[in-house]
Amino acid sequence: MRMFRPPSIPSSEITSETTWLRRRELLAQGAGLAALVTLPGCFAGQESHAATEPSTLRALEGVTPAPRRFRTEEAQTPFEDASTYNNFYEMGTDKGDPVRNAHRLRPEPWSVVVEGEVGKPGRIGLEDLLAPHALEERIYRLRCVEAWSMVIPWVGIPLGAVLARFEPTSRAKFVAFETLVDPEQLPGQKRQILDWPYREGLRMDEAMHPLAILAVGMYGRVLPNQNGAPLRLVVPWKYGFKSIKSIVRIRLQAERPETSWSQSAPREYGFFANVNPEVSHPRWSQARERRIGEWRKRPTLMLNGYAEQVGHLYKGMDPKKLY
Amino acid sequence: MDAARRRTLVQAAAVAAGLAPAAVMAGAALTVGLGANPVETLTHETGEWALRLLLASLAITPLRRLGLTVLAPLRRTFGLLGFAYATAHFLIFLVLDLGLEPGLLIEEVAERPYVTAGFAAFVLLCPLALTSTRGWQRRLGRRWTRLHLLAYPAIVLALLHFLWLVKADLLEPAVYALVGGILLATRIPAARRALAGLRL
Ligand code: HEM
Repeated sequence: MRMFRPPSIPSSEITSETTWLRRRELLAQGAGLAALVTLPGCFAGQESHAATEPSTLRALEGVTPAPRRFRTEEAQTPFEDASTYNNFYEMGTDKGDPVRNAHRLRPEPWSVVVEGEVGKPGRIGLEDLLAPHALEERIYRLRCVEAWSMVIPWVGIPLGAVLARFEPTSRAKFVAFETLVDPEQLPGQKRQILDWPYREGLRMDEAMHPLAILAVGMYGRVLPNQNGAPLRLVVPWKYGFKSIKSIVRIRLQAERPETSWSQSAPREYGFFANVNPEVSHPRWSQARERRIGEWRKRPTLMLNGYAEQVGHLYKGMDPKKLY
Repeated sequence: MDAARRRTLVQAAAVAAGLAPAAVMAGAALTVGLGANPVETLTHETGEWALRLLLASLAITPLRRLGLTVLAPLRRTFGLLGFAYATAHFLIFLVLDLGLEPGLLIEEVAERPYVTAGFAAFVLLCPLALTSTRGWQRRLGRRWTRLHLLAYPAIVLALLHFLWLVKADLLEPAVYALVGGILLATRIPAARRALAGLRL
């Protein structure tokens, strides 16, 4: 039992911090009858420390609104859903675990190591990494490999522009990313569910594509910890697990990097992980998806609806190999 | 308290306990909601309660052997409750995941081993639920006992169904499988004799 969540409190009703801090009591009262029959782990959201209320997250300023080609006009997923229903195994394997464990992660100060086939390797603080770039809004569909999807307004910077600053050499064919390893901050790492650190990677031309961004925020505010604060990848035409969270290392290299899910289950997850309704996951169909907030499933679009923009990257490749 | 009255009370408590999760789900649906993905919540909750109740049903015979004869009628109670959750679980999948399309159901059952196993478990349980009344028990006589041995393959298939559907973290289904394995092991004649020897 796990996924029942506390009622959201409209911001108009947030009177004071004490009310916010008392929310467990309020919740206990609100849960009423149901709480009488307490089931193990039920209403786990009561323990939540991480912000699920956007006003507790710092607002980002000077964000360029998304131009037409980088925004979908579809209804956006409510912030509450996007911040309480997460796959972030470093914070636990249930969708509700990340929001419960998120308070342990310290996203400030943060630095990233950029290394490998680059002219200017080194460790760089997050502020310095961001400084030369204008923050941009991108409203993308997010399609999880588990056949659910969301629409999320991200705030970030183009990955390609960031990589260019480190002067990739001609040998740089792939980019590898790694998530922080620290079982104190990321308690899910106390168990070897995956071979930590979580690793992801892109081919260089994918990484340079303008749709690929490094996100630092969503819904106009900094990323909640459970969504991969302070820095995560967003590649909207690939299944969500490619969009690695809480990045501490970026390496450019000549060989294709190992990636966590394809290491864990090579038969089920490949390197490319492009959204493709025609290629089923061995254990379930990818033809349809449930948009969070909807009851019925809807058809999944080729390359998550970004085929026109990124289709040319895969010309001549067998789409069956692109899962 | 006389024996009949005690049985009735135990029975009522079991039914109440078995229905409580459904009441909690309904209560949550009406108040705090069922999370970002209610269909998934419902599928998971009904699936887990189906499994828990089927395992509870399987626990009754060894407990009876240990001397807790008052629990004996609960084998059927828990079995039927488990079947009710399995039915809800199946219908949620059929209606909300597959949009009631028989073609899709056939495809899923044929192509996905975890659905095949779950579906087979459900199919095996159907005749058991239908013949669970005293009337059928009498009518079928010895054959009733034989028929109801299907509960064993059904639980094994249900456990496989759970083991096969997780992505990476096998801990939870492994715990259920361990409990199921122990309960099935108590059916081995040597274990049965040992239990009888332990009589409370
Ligand atoms: C005796 C019968 C069954 C039992 C005991 C059972 C039990 C379970 C359990 C324990 C889960 C996992 C819940 C969780 O992860 O928390 C589950 C999930 C699921 N079951 Fe069943 N099940 C049964 C029959 C079926 C049938 C007949 C179908 C469909 C034809 C089905 C489809 C599913 C689906 C789609 C999921 C969710 C998979 C996912 O979200 O990853 N089950 N079931």
